[in-house]
Amino acid sequence: MEKIKVKICQGTTCFVMGGSVIKAIMDTLTEKYADKIEIIPVRCLEVCHENDSFSKAPYVYVDDELVSDASIEKVTSLIESKLQK
Amino acid sequence: MSEISEIETKKLKREVLVRLIKAFMSDNFAENVRLIPYDMRPKGSEVPFRCCVYKERAVLRSRAIAGLGFSMEEDDERTLLSDFAQRALTREKPESEPLTVLQNACKGCPSAKVFVTELCQNCVAKPCLKACHFGAISNNGRRSVIDNDKCKKCGLCMAACPYHAIVKTIVPCEEACPVGAIAKGEDGLAHIDKDKCISCGKCVSACPFGATHAKSQVIDVLSKIKQGKEVIAMFAPALVGHLPCSAEQFIEAFKKIGFSEVYEVAQGADTTIQVEAHDFAERLEQGASFMTTSCCAAYNELVKKHLPEIKPYVSDAHTPLYYTAEIVKKEHPNAETVFISPCFAKRKEALDNPNVNNVLNFEELGAIFIAFGIEVDTLESKEYAYKSSKEARDFPLSGGVARAVQAAWKGNPDDLRPTTINGLTKATVRDLKMYAKTGKCPLGNLIEVMSCEGGCIAGNAGLNEVKMALKKVTDYSAQSYSLKDNK
Repeated sequence: MEKIKVKICQGTTCFVMGGSVIKAIMDTLTEKYADKIEIIPVRCLEVCHENDSFSKAPYVYVDDELVSDASIEKVTSLIESKLQK
Repeated sequence: MSEISEIETKKLKREVLVRLIKAFMSDNFAENVRLIPYDMRPKGSEVPFRCCVYKERAVLRSRAIAGLGFSMEEDDERTLLSDFAQRALTREKPESEPLTVLQNACKGCPSAKVFVTELCQNCVAKPCLKACHFGAISNNGRRSVIDNDKCKKCGLCMAACPYHAIVKTIVPCEEACPVGAIAKGEDGLAHIDKDKCISCGKCVSACPFGATHAKSQVIDVLSKIKQGKEVIAMFAPALVGHLPCSAEQFIEAFKKIGFSEVYEVAQGADTTIQVEAHDFAERLEQGASFMTTSCCAAYNELVKKHLPEIKPYVSDAHTPLYYTAEIVKKEHPNAETVFISPCFAKRKEALDNPNVNNVLNFEELGAIFIAFGIEVDTLESKEYAYKSSKEARDFPLSGGVARAVQAAWKGNPDDLRPTTINGLTKATVRDLKMYAKTGKCPLGNLIEVMSCEGGCIAGNAGLNEVKMALKKVTDYSAQSYSLKDNK
């Protein structure tokens, strides 16, 4: 099965609006789904520049689905629903 | 509170800061500031935290007032946010106390008390009754009960209970404060006693409602830049761990905001190290039994307000910020200086030092980058004019200052026995008091004191997870020369 690609934004806005959360997401995912997903730290995804969208950072892409206000719970539940398909 | 749960309240504060800065950059600062609570919680919006949208807006209004640099204590609730914004523009000097309590954000937590839960098994031995020295526990035939008028909250009954059935509820800010400066007043809400407060910021991190705030100087600094003044950034070495880019990219990052020059405060740390090593040697010669470091601003406030008896044991060396600001003012006599700090206490130090005009913390700097749309990791790398030593760049780590003095130590290595107070708490303040009283420290003779557990990299205004920050700081310092090499 093809691995789910999890792109975690490392841009300035996401870092400032949730630096420690991003790290926690990465750690938890690596531990939990080692062989099922691929974690890709990426540069600014440029979704934060429009108007007030900075306030919904940090952003994570799970394959092509965008997760705003990303938390461990949000990202893992999306991954799990994809794995069940 | 863990870093993860803390992020919720921090995000709110940071969002308000970004909006304040965006408003400042707009054509209509005052009006756009007035709209912040409405923009964040527009008509019909969800109510994520409080009882209703109006309360949400009221708290956001308070956060904006603190973000503009004012005390909530002086808010009459009638003044428009736009008036506060206007006033912030004309302020000559920052306010004296760094912290303020947003009373409408304060929950008014239940008072701390010790409480027997229903897990009490009404056992035969009743060790809790025997453990209490104050006659505060009795048994009502079904379980043990505590008389709160007699209870001193010592916790002996909790330790004695074989079922862990006795718990202590706490007020997070009161529990976190090492000096008893924040407490519930008669109105049930938290108040800061400014005569006792050492600006350590532990209450800011501890409050799960985000009710204690730093008063920001971000508008003061941006106003100076906008007026075309020569404004120079001096960044604490901990910053290296708290931005998603390399230290060499900071110069460009600050220049994009409008700063004219950038200095590493590690430069001043190199002077602190030499002065402190020299000071320590002199003191040993004169028979001193121990010396404490002097670079932590919260510790210096502690000495001033609560521990004057330890003053004779505190090193006379000035802080890295002091020496850096001295160099900057010498090289740029007309410049306005801004210290970029991981903590709140440095604002207090800056108020007493005419060479330091303003202080921004890492959160405020981060908010500026967001508002300006600066992607720091895309910027060009540049070299610093002065290259600081490895030890100076390691100053923000717990143990880093003591190791630096050790590296510069020219005497017999056995004469210097470093030890650390890694975080000010009620217990470590008691330890320091005892060292001063007895004139002895059993653990060593060079005591490094840092208010934040983990050192400045774990400062209350940090952006990154502490372990990651530690790694970035040490990776950076490892590229530099060591003082041990040119002894």
